Amino acid sequence: MSSVATALQHHFTDFKQQKESVVLGMWSFLVQEVMFFGGLFGTYAVYRAQYPGAFALASSELNVNLGGANTIVLICSSLTMAMAVHAASKGDRAAIAVWILLTIMFGSIFLGVKVVEYKEKWDHGLIPGIQDHGLQFDHEGTPRPTGFALYFGLYFAMTGLHAIHMIIGIPILLSLAINGLRGKYGPHYYTPVEMTGLYWHFVDIVWIFLFPLLYLIGAHVGAH
Amino acid sequence: MSTPHHDASHHEEEENYLTHDTTIQSWLLTKDHKRIALLYLLSITLFFTIGGFFASLVRIELLTPAGDFLTSELYNQAFTSHGVMMIFFFLIPAVPAVLGNFVLPLMVGAKDLAFPRINLASWYIFMAGASCAVLAVLSGGLDTGWTMYPPYSSTYSQSRVTLAVLGVFIAGFASILTGVNFIATVHRMRAPGLTWFRLPLFVWANYATSLVMVLGTPVIAITMVLLGLEHLLGFGFFDPAKGGDPVLFQHLFWFYSHPAVYIMILPAMGVISEIISTFSRQKLFGYSFVAMSSLAIAILGFLVWGHHMFTTSQSAYTGILFSALTFLVAIPSAIKAFNWTATLYKGSVVWETPMLFAFGFMGLFLIGGLTGLFLATMGMDIHLQDTYFVVAHFHYVMVGGGVMGYMGGIHFWWPKITGKMYSQFWSKLSALLIFAGFNFTFFPQFILGYMGMPRRYHSYPDEWQVLNVMSTVGASILAIGYILPGIYLAHSIFFGKKAPRNPWGATGLEWQTSSPPPPHNFHETPIVTTEAYDYQSLPLSETPEKEAEHV
Repeated sequence: MSSVATALQHHFTDFKQQKESVVLGMWSFLVQEVMFFGGLFGTYAVYRAQYPGAFALASSELNVNLGGANTIVLICSSLTMAMAVHAASKGDRAAIAVWILLTIMFGSIFLGVKVVEYKEKWDHGLIPGIQDHGLQFDHEGTPRPTGFALYFGLYFAMTGLHAIHMIIGIPILLSLAINGLRGKYGPHYYTPVEMTGLYWHFVDIVWIFLFPLLYLIGAHVGAH
Repeated sequence: MSTPHHDASHHEEEENYLTHDTTIQSWLLTKDHKRIALLYLLSITLFFTIGGFFASLVRIELLTPAGDFLTSELYNQAFTSHGVMMIFFFLIPAVPAVLGNFVLPLMVGAKDLAFPRINLASWYIFMAGASCAVLAVLSGGLDTGWTMYPPYSSTYSQSRVTLAVLGVFIAGFASILTGVNFIATVHRMRAPGLTWFRLPLFVWANYATSLVMVLGTPVIAITMVLLGLEHLLGFGFFDPAKGGDPVLFQHLFWFYSHPAVYIMILPAMGVISEIISTFSRQKLFGYSFVAMSSLAIAILGFLVWGHHMFTTSQSAYTGILFSALTFLVAIPSAIKAFNWTATLYKGSVVWETPMLFAFGFMGLFLIGGLTGLFLATMGMDIHLQDTYFVVAHFHYVMVGGGVMGYMGGIHFWWPKITGKMYSQFWSKLSALLIFAGFNFTFFPQFILGYMGMPRRYHSYPDEWQVLNVMSTVGASILAIGYILPGIYLAHSIFFGKKAPRNPWGATGLEWQTSSPPPPHNFHETPIVTTEAYDYQSLPLSETPEKEAEHV
C-alpha cells in the first residue's frame, strides 16, 4: 500500500486529479503523434495521386505475405497489451508481467520480420541514396518510371518512423513488467500501464493504415 | 483579506522559491515551474543576443549600396542565422516558456504545472536543439534563409543544413511538451471556483497557443525529417528531377510556420490583456469575446498557410481561397484591439512601464496587422512578394507585437519573479527608445519594399541609401533600447527596492501570494469567488499607493 500512497505527486490534490491530468496529457501527446505521421501520410497522398502507376508497380516489390503476417503479429500484441492493462487494474502481479512480456515478444517478432524485409530491399537495391541500383532499372534493365523511387523513399520514412516508435516502446514496456512484478500497480493506481497501452495501440493503428497503403496498392490498382 | 499579506511582509526572511535551495544542482534538476521559467529566460536571452548580433551585421552591410562589408555568401549566413535564432530559439519559446511557465500555474492557483518532470525535460530538449543550431551557425553557417526552401537547402547548400535541421527538429519537441503541459494544467489544475470563464485572459491565450503548438509543431518536425533525408540521401521528395515537388516543402513548412506566427503573437496578446486591464483598473471589456478570439485565431491560423505561396505554382483558385481565409483572421485580431481600447474608456489609466509597452504593442501590431491585409491581397502580393515590405510587415507583427508583449510581460511580472522593483525612469526610457527605434528601423522598409527593394541581397541601387541609413540608425536606437533592460533589470536584482506582494494593485491570483512566491506557490490553495479583473470588489487596501506604503 505504501507504494500506492507515494505514487501521488505533491502538486496534485488527489488521485482522480492526477489520473485525469495524465490521461488528458497522453491523449494530447497522441494528437501530436497523429500530426507527426500526418505530414508523411499527406506527402504519400500527394505523390500517390501524382504517380498511381509507379506506386502500384513499386508496391508489388514488397512481400505481402510477410507484411500480412506482421499485421497479425501486431494485432496480437495489442491484445496482450490490453490484457496487461486489465491485469494491472486487478493488481495481478504475475499476469501483468506475463502479458507485457508477450507484448514485447510480439513487438520483437514484428521488428525482426521488418529487418528481413529491409534486407530484401537492400539485396534488390531499393534503398534510396544508399543502395539504389534497383530504383533506376529493373533486373531486365528497363528504366523505372518516375515516382518509383519516391515510393521507396516514403516506404522507408513511414515504416522506419513506425519502427522507431516500437523500439522506443519496448524499454518502457520492460520497466512496466518490472514494476508490475514489484506490485506497484493495483486497482488504485495503474495509470502508467494504461498510458503505455494507449501509446502501443496508437503505434499499432498506424501500422493498420501503413499496411494497405504500402503493400496492397498493386492488388487494388491491378498492376500485377 | 489582507491579514496573510501583513504577516508575510513582517517576516522578512520568509523562504521563497529562489532562496529555499541555492545549489547549482537544485537549479539544473529543478521541477519547479518558476525556476524552469528562469532557465528559459536566461537561455532565450542568450539566443536573442546571438540573433541580434547577426541582425546588426545585416544592418551594417546595408548602410552603403555596395556589398562591401560582407560577401554575398556571408550575408546569406547573417540573415539566415538571425532568422533561425530569433524565430525558433527566441520568439517561439519567449512568452509561453518564460512568462507562461512562471505565471500560468500561479494564475490557476496550482502548485505547479501538471507534469513538472516533462517541463524540465522540455528545457533540456530545447537546449539540445539550440546547441545543434548554434553549432551549425558557428561551424560553417547556414545560408538557406530561415525558411530552408529546397533546392537552397538540398541541392545547392554548402552549409550546415543537417545540423540546423536537427536543431529545429529537436527544439520542436520542447514546444510540443510545453503545449501538452499547459493543456493538461488548464483543464485539470484550476483552483476551486476558478471556472473557465473566470480564467485570466493570459491563460486563455496560452491555452490557444498550446493547441497550435501541439497541432502544428509535429508537422515541422516531420518536414525537417523529410528535408534531412532529401539533403543527406537525395530521397527526391522535393526534387523535380526525381519526380518530387519543391512547393510541397513550402506547403508543409508553412502549415506549421504560419500558425507559428500565432505561437509568437497570441500569448503576447494575453500579456497585453492583463496589462491593459490592470493599469486601467477596469474589468477587461468584452472578456468572453477576447477569450474566444484567441481560439478563433488558433483555428483560423491553420487555414491560411497558402498565402505565403501566391507566386508559386499553387493554383489561382487555391490562392483566392487562402486570400479570403487570411482576411478572416483580421476579425478576431481586431476584436482584441477594439476591446483593449474600450477597456481604457473611463478607466483610471496609469502610465507604468508595462502600460507603455502595451501601448507600443497596440500601435505597432495595428500597423503589422493591417499591412498583412495588403499582403493577403493576391494582386498586391505579386508586387510585394519577397520585398522589404514583407520584412517590415512581419517585424511589425513579431517584434512590434511579440517582443513588445514579451517586454511588457517581463516588466509586469518582474516584481513577482524577483521580488524587486526596477527603475521607473530607465524602464520608461527603454520602452520609448524601443518604440521609436523600432519605427525608425522598420517603417522605411515598408517604403523600400513598395519601391521594389528585394530582401536577402547585400547590395542595392544608390537611390535607396537614405531610407536604408534611416533603418540602420533606427536599429542602433533599438539596440540601445534592448540593452538597457538587461542593465537595469540586473541592477534591480541586487539593488532594487523590495517589491510588495501586489505592486500594481492587480487582481490575478499570482498577486495574492508573496513576491517572490514560496516554492509551492501558495501556503493555502486559493478559492476563487469572483470573475477575472473584478476591480470593483477589490479591497481598497489593494490599490498600488497603499501597497507602496508597506514597503
